[in-house]
Amino acid sequence: MGAIIKREMSSYFSSPIGYIYLAVFYLFAGFFFYMTTLQAGSTDLRGVFINLFSVLMFLIPILTMRLISEDKRQKTDQALLTAPLTLGGLVFGKFIAAFIIFAMGVAVTLVFAVVVSFFAQPDWAVVLSNMLGLLLLGGALISIGLFISSLTENQVIAAIGSFAALMFLSFIDSIAAAIPISFLSTIVKGFSFYEPYNTLTMGKIGLSPILFFISVALLFNYLTIRVFERRRWS
Amino acid sequence: MIEVQNLTKRYGDKKAVDNISFTVNKGEILGFLGPNGAGKSTTMNILTGYLSSTEGVAKIGEYDVLENPLEAKKHIGYLPEHPPLYLDMTVRDYLDFIYDLKRCKIPRKSHIGEICRLVRIEEVYNRIIKNLSKGYKQRVGLAQALIGNPEVLILDEPTVGLDPKQIIDIRNLIKRLGKNHTVILSSHILPEVQAVCDRVVVINKGIIVADDTADNLSRQLSTDHKLVVRIEGPEAEVRKLLTSVPNMQSVVLLGEREKGVFEYSLEAKEGSDVRREIFNRLSNRSFPLLGMKTSEMTLEDVFLTLIDDKSKGGKK
Repeated sequence: MGAIIKREMSSYFSSPIGYIYLAVFYLFAGFFFYMTTLQAGSTDLRGVFINLFSVLMFLIPILTMRLISEDKRQKTDQALLTAPLTLGGLVFGKFIAAFIIFAMGVAVTLVFAVVVSFFAQPDWAVVLSNMLGLLLLGGALISIGLFISSLTENQVIAAIGSFAALMFLSFIDSIAAAIPISFLSTIVKGFSFYEPYNTLTMGKIGLSPILFFISVALLFNYLTIRVFERRRWS
Repeated sequence: MIEVQNLTKRYGDKKAVDNISFTVNKGEILGFLGPNGAGKSTTMNILTGYLSSTEGVAKIGEYDVLENPLEAKKHIGYLPEHPPLYLDMTVRDYLDFIYDLKRCKIPRKSHIGEICRLVRIEEVYNRIIKNLSKGYKQRVGLAQALIGNPEVLILDEPTVGLDPKQIIDIRNLIKRLGKNHTVILSSHILPEVQAVCDRVVVINKGIIVADDTADNLSRQLSTDHKLVVRIEGPEAEVRKLLTSVPNMQSVVLLGEREKGVFEYSLEAKEGSDVRREIFNRLSNRSFPLLGMKTSEMTLEDVFLTLIDDKSKGGKK
């Protein structure tokens, strides 16, 4: 697994993808930080995190699009799958590599918190809860992108597919609101990614949003492993 | 060392590999001969755990590839038909990655250095794989298979895309590797398999048509009784003379190649050698023999011969 993480991480920076992701992430985060915190003269970073939710919807597919599709296209999966490595090790290795790059983006919010702390003491518990929420959300979205990347050999299709899936996820709340039957609406709302994320950005570290995101990540990584297994048996 | 029992791989209705069985002994070089689409790559992909079989067992050493894939894979070095190279990496980074992936215990620097010397890729060690020629890519693929010094090497058409000198180099390398490795090598070139391998398994349309030592196979496929000759002299007389040679079964005129020089295709009884007799008779009559060659056997002929032999119950 270590070998996979190392290779994938270096591959992010031997191609423009890693740089583009970080640049765009920093750009938007910086913009939201300026608009919602500095401009407003507040020490509250919530605005940054709430806005980053939608930014992830189009940035995560960039991180995950080539993770598995490119291996299929270049047939390097033959080296990976015939090496003494479990499928779990392979999939989680790829997942962790993408997650580390993602976390390098999130780390910039720590800088914001430090900047704010020069003016007034921020509520560190809330800041940490926000960062935790963003990391968990990112992990769940990466696992979805990774899964979609395992379904195709074409990284553009993987990117557009993930983009569409994540966009759809971000609309779940509006869809739930539009359903008139109340119990159906509640069920659909249960799939909302925004709801648990919002809970965390308010500084309420509860078990249920944390478990929600971790379950989503585990579920989709498991499905990715199944895709590999199914291909072997087909 | 390698054991394959009743292996079948089905893709929908199509059987890519149909109930094949063979074993490879330790230290043996086994040639896997067959045309494209015969099931060679499928078999190799099953042996290496990339694909799973529909039915049957494949074992590397004592480990079943399906039941104990990690242990089995530790003992295999695999060069697939299309070398699994990360094109955006340098040869150095790529081999380092494979070394980590296989969790090698051998000292890194000396091990990778030795392999690079062996397959002669030292001069491209720091270059990006994307920019290498096909021959070099193939050799980096081979280097990748050798990392970790696995007991079993599975090489799918290792000489494809190489120039004639490189082909000889790689064949010699494989022969040398065969001294302390067990090797399976696939090819669709008969002379290649004959040159390198101790034993040959011939496969066609997913079915094994022959499994024999290379020497026996060459004898079985000997074409000494099928000749093409070029003789100067009046056609009718020469033809009469050729027909009168003992054991001669058919004489077919192929055409006039130069003025007064005709080419004939001859077929004598199988197992007989009529070359000396033809020469003696022609020289008695002073008809100059300008050329004589055994007609070359294509892979197609090989299968026809082998399948024919088999149906006659002639499988030795």
